[in-house]
Amino acid sequence: MVVKLKHTAAQQADFKRELTQVIPHLRAFARGLCGRPDVADDLVQEAMLKAWAARDRFEPGTSMKAWIFVILRNAYLTDMRRNKFHGEYDEIVAERILTARAGQEEPIHLSDMHRALLTLPPERREALLLVGAGGFSYEEAAHICGCAVGTVKSRVGRARATLTEMLEEDTIPARSSTDRVAHAAILEELEIASKGQSNHN
Amino acid sequence: MTKQGKDSGSEKKRKKKTPPLKGGREPEWANGLRQLYDSVVDEPLPDSFNDLLDKLDDESKST
Repeated sequence: MVVKLKHTAAQQADFKRELTQVIPHLRAFARGLCGRPDVADDLVQEAMLKAWAARDRFEPGTSMKAWIFVILRNAYLTDMRRNKFHGEYDEIVAERILTARAGQEEPIHLSDMHRALLTLPPERREALLLVGAGGFSYEEAAHICGCAVGTVKSRVGRARATLTEMLEEDTIPARSSTDRVAHAAILEELEIASKGQSNHN
Repeated sequence: MTKQGKDSGSEKKRKKKTPPLKGGREPEWANGLRQLYDSVVDEPLPDSFNDLLDKLDDESKST
């Protein structure tokens, strides 16, 4: 039996090089999605293996970053449904980030930011992460999330409004209750999202 | 997908100006969110990732 290899060795090397370049962005996106660094890194490695296994389906010349973000996102949603994440985050790491950033004009505690971010429903959180942090355009984010551009805009707008309210009025839920409350809210949103996949906000 | 703030010259300029307001709607914390994200992007890659990348090569040799 002959195994047909679609891509040449050179193309495979290109693929791996591009994959390597995208890893830091995958880690940042995953950390924003699931909070804890170790869990996020596991998720990224899972996505990398899936991307590697599917490398024949990647079209050279298109955006590798967007392609793998889709894979990462799908892996995240699958794990989420299996109740793998609990909206936790690493407080010590967040505090260290804050210290390292001290001296720059940054009135908002990044640990507060992180905690507030994790209370957002996943659709809005990922939209905000992609557009507001990852530097993706609305169009690219829509492609990654598999929804309309208008839907992304609306999700980003809602996410911003919620975060602004939380951060300015200091109503971020306390850490102890955040985990359970956020997780319940997230699962609820997921249920709604998977039922009305097409144009749900 | 523009990566900003890599050259320190423009970084200083941006600090003095108010942050870019797209239609006046970018909230005050927007920079904090980017910092949170970029701080992870800038982290050195844990060894486990390089190990995994090495394994990918081994795997493709055997196929």
